[in-house]
Amino acid sequence: MNERTRLVGWAAIAVALAALSVPWFLWGADGVVAGLPVWVWYHVGWLCLVAVVFWVFTKRAWGLGVEGVSRDG
Amino acid sequence: MADTGLQVGIIVGYMLVALAIGVVAYRLTDRTAEDYYLASRTLGTVVLLFTTFATLLSAFTFFAGPNISYGAGPEWILVMGLMDGVIFGILWYVLGYKQWLVGKANGYLTLGEMLGDRFGSIRLRLLVAGVSIFWLFPYVMLQQQGAGTAIEALTSGAVPYWAGAGGITLFMIGYVALSGMRGVAWTDTLQGAFMLVMVWAAFVWVAGAVGGVGTATATLGDVDGNFLALGGGTYTPEYVLSTAISIAFGVTMFPQVNQRFFVAESKAVIKRTLPLWPVLVVLLFVPAFMMGAWARGLGIQAGASENVLPLLLAEYTPAWFAALVIAGAMAAMMSSSDSMLLSGSSYFTRDIYRPLVEEATEEREAFLGRVGVAVFATLSFVASLFQPATLLEIGDTAFGGFAQLALPVAVALYWTNTTRSGMYVGIGGSQAFYLLSVFTEVVPGSFFGGWSSSVVGMVLGLVLTISVSLVTSHALGEDASVYATGAD
Repeated sequence: MNERTRLVGWAAIAVALAALSVPWFLWGADGVVAGLPVWVWYHVGWLCLVAVVFWVFTKRAWGLGVEGVSRDG
Repeated sequence: MADTGLQVGIIVGYMLVALAIGVVAYRLTDRTAEDYYLASRTLGTVVLLFTTFATLLSAFTFFAGPNISYGAGPEWILVMGLMDGVIFGILWYVLGYKQWLVGKANGYLTLGEMLGDRFGSIRLRLLVAGVSIFWLFPYVMLQQQGAGTAIEALTSGAVPYWAGAGGITLFMIGYVALSGMRGVAWTDTLQGAFMLVMVWAAFVWVAGAVGGVGTATATLGDVDGNFLALGGGTYTPEYVLSTAISIAFGVTMFPQVNQRFFVAESKAVIKRTLPLWPVLVVLLFVPAFMMGAWARGLGIQAGASENVLPLLLAEYTPAWFAALVIAGAMAAMMSSSDSMLLSGSSYFTRDIYRPLVEEATEEREAFLGRVGVAVFATLSFVASLFQPATLLEIGDTAFGGFAQLALPVAVALYWTNTTRSGMYVGIGGSQAFYLLSVFTEVVPGSFFGGWSSSVVGMVLGLVLTISVSLVTSHALGEDASVYATGAD
């Protein structure tokens, strides 16, 4: 994969991570699971996923788009 | 009365520990500005993580956050999670890591310095420092006001507001002047860890007292507007997104946070910090904000200006424990303020005093920085005595004001065709837009069915910076190559 494809891919992942932090599909849901609203559990799980993705990013793609940016872009 | 003595004792104890840490830090300090403001860029993973966290969120986690959950529902967990766990994490890389590389390569200590150098413009540097101090000053004032009010309430008026706020101010001047970034960061780490433990202890304690987590949460279903349901009331999708986006970007330009972008010891430290963010956010916010919501369900009565968490703890936990948490919250306030004082002082001495008044040596500048802390803290203390309405409003809207800076700065960092004129217009235009929306009716506070003027102003700043840069050429003295960060 070339640099640009990787950049676009990771940018898309970043946007998706942010966009789905709030469970829009559960809007109005009021179920309770194990003592907490179900959407709180979704959020907890999602942020754990975010942490894992961040970790993978630091291992696989760190520096992408930031390092190696010179005058020519 | 016994718990008042205990609370005061704990606060004094915290101050003594902070002071001791400050003395140790002072003994390790070189007498240079870089060391005073940035601990010579040597912070490790844990200290960086906690100092950023404590600086940013501590007082907020204890007071404002639970209050919002109490008033509007526990969805605040999602707003703050998106804001600090996800968006801020991404910006930590996009803006923070880039700033770290650029700052290390060129020796920058402040945001204004970084921009002024790139665009060959002292005026741009002054503009950025001026805008930052404009929003920071009232925010520090609010912290002092909070501390003064809390101490007055704690001692049932035995220590009047001015004495409480003044005492805290004096302590912070002495302590920050002594310790600089290193001491501040170490104290933050201690305080952040303490906070994490206390929040969980409180969560477990309250849950136990009312018959379990499930019982406490079940009460939310009976609250007007059903707190169990996602959304509703204040929480519209536009509100959730506007708030999270505006504050996450705003946070990155808050001087005390922006300066932390420069202080990591190594690339490895920044890499290790990133995945820990979302985890810490969840660990801290879920219990803290659930307790705020529970308080509503459990029928705790809190007035408009009262903090709900202390009331909840007073109801369900022993006095000594409530005292411990309140003292922790006071410590949290101090740990936010001390960082702000340090950064405010560095913006003032480095970006305003030095270019305009005298070109100081490193040692002299470190000295001036300490004087700056004293001046800044004293002025904001005096302001907190009068509490002018305008300043209160600026403090309350500071996050939005800082958010306006973020996108022009991001454009400047990444796009070599950015011009000096583009920066002037982008920063000036978005600030003017946002100020007009806060203080006048000329610009409305919300757009398109609920998007805040802060987010709209950010987009405006982005469009202005890019479009003006496209139609203007580089001015004499601009040097886009200073932001080139080669692979190493």
